[in-house]
Amino acid sequence: MKIPGFMLLLAGWGITLAAIVLLPKPVPRCVFMLAGVAVELLGLGLLIRSQYLARQVGL
Amino acid sequence: MLVLLVPLALAGIALINTGLGRSRSTAQSMLGALGVMAAAAIAYVAVGFACEGSPGMPEHAVMIAGKPWGWLGAGTFFLRHLPLTGSPVSLAVLLQIFGVALAALIPWGAGSDRWRLKAGYASTVLFAAWIYPLFAHWVWGGGWLAQLGVHYGLGRGFMDIAGAGTMQAAGGLTALSIVWIVGARQGKFIANQLPAVFPGHNILYVLFGCCLTLGGWLGLNGAGAMLFAGIAPGGVVLVAVNTVLCASGGLLMALLVTRVRFGKPDASLCANGWVAGLAASSAVCAFVPPVAALLVGMMIGCAVPFLAELLELHCGVDDPTGAIAVHAGGGLWGLLAVGFMGRFGVPAGGQMLAQIAGIATLLGFILPLAYGLNWLLNLIIPYRTDPEGDRAGMDMHELGAGAYPEFVLRGEDFVQR
Repeated sequence: MKIPGFMLLLAGWGITLAAIVLLPKPVPRCVFMLAGVAVELLGLGLLIRSQYLARQVGL
Repeated sequence: MLVLLVPLALAGIALINTGLGRSRSTAQSMLGALGVMAAAAIAYVAVGFACEGSPGMPEHAVMIAGKPWGWLGAGTFFLRHLPLTGSPVSLAVLLQIFGVALAALIPWGAGSDRWRLKAGYASTVLFAAWIYPLFAHWVWGGGWLAQLGVHYGLGRGFMDIAGAGTMQAAGGLTALSIVWIVGARQGKFIANQLPAVFPGHNILYVLFGCCLTLGGWLGLNGAGAMLFAGIAPGGVVLVAVNTVLCASGGLLMALLVTRVRFGKPDASLCANGWVAGLAASSAVCAFVPPVAALLVGMMIGCAVPFLAELLELHCGVDDPTGAIAVHAGGGLWGLLAVGFMGRFGVPAGGQMLAQIAGIATLLGFILPLAYGLNWLLNLIIPYRTDPEGDRAGMDMHELGAGAYPEFVLRGEDFVQR
């Protein structure tokens, strides 16, 4: 799950950047930027979960 | 003169890290802190500033949809061609020599009691020469985050006047990477049991460190406000008042929360609340009224005890100093808060989006970058100490002598748990 977690972090950042460049209107830009941050949080959650599970296996 | 106060923050953080660590790794922690400062300063002067640059200096940029996105400075190594005569750029360099050392101390604290000295120094070089300057160029060197206002109408662009993002959040997220790489201290997590508690060995160091950090942060925020946000010298009074209020709100709320939850205030969590308030103040201190600064500090002070507990109990993160909750949590919260509380003289919505872009960059780019680079470095220089270091403590293992040779404060610290 670690690699998908990092991929989601990068993908969320990409969505945020794409929203800035491609969406000049404030509302769609705001929505897509927040969606990008949500994807990042999903990736962060996945990373934390993967580290937690790896530690459980090691105990 | 304000810049010269910043080393107090370094001393404070080093003392806090050492006090919150175990007695068997005290000397290694403090020597490591000094070495981290030295490595950070040398790496930043040698390579870091060349990568960071400054507005108006050469930079590497890519054109995206007809607009330049500056992503890396193109300066010269070892500060060549930069007259160190008291110009704003030279003062910014001096501030950041201290600032990058402050940021590098954050992961050093998080990895204490199991992170080797030489690995810590090597990681610091990586941080000070590459990770920090890259993000600092985007924010302070005229890079793409700073230009979001000019090119895309997002307020004044990403605002981070004194390092809430570049120093605190970047340091805190690097600390998270380090903790993931080095793993937990031996005996911290035991199957089917709550995590073991390793209390800080000297709370006086911690609380005295907090006093020192206030002096350091007054210098950091005051100098940052003038150098990176163009605040007039008279505006430093508001910066100082807000810095004190943020820290005070953080401390008192942490005190209240721990008093209610545990029956008595927890000194180490109160210290964490204080420093988290300071970390948040680095974003908001020049742009919010004092009441808002107090509110920002109170909110992070309230959140820090829960965040530290969440990371340890539910995420399996062994962070002896609470560095991730304090610095990453405080820094990111400050950056967000200035988006909706700040008075910039521009539409608040655009400024909020610029702040979100900066936060997204820290989470989505700086965290993977820090993890990836440290993961690679770990293959060359193993970060984690060997089982003998786990058993004997880092003082005996790496330095051959403990910090308290005539006193055995906790006998069990010197035998295997």
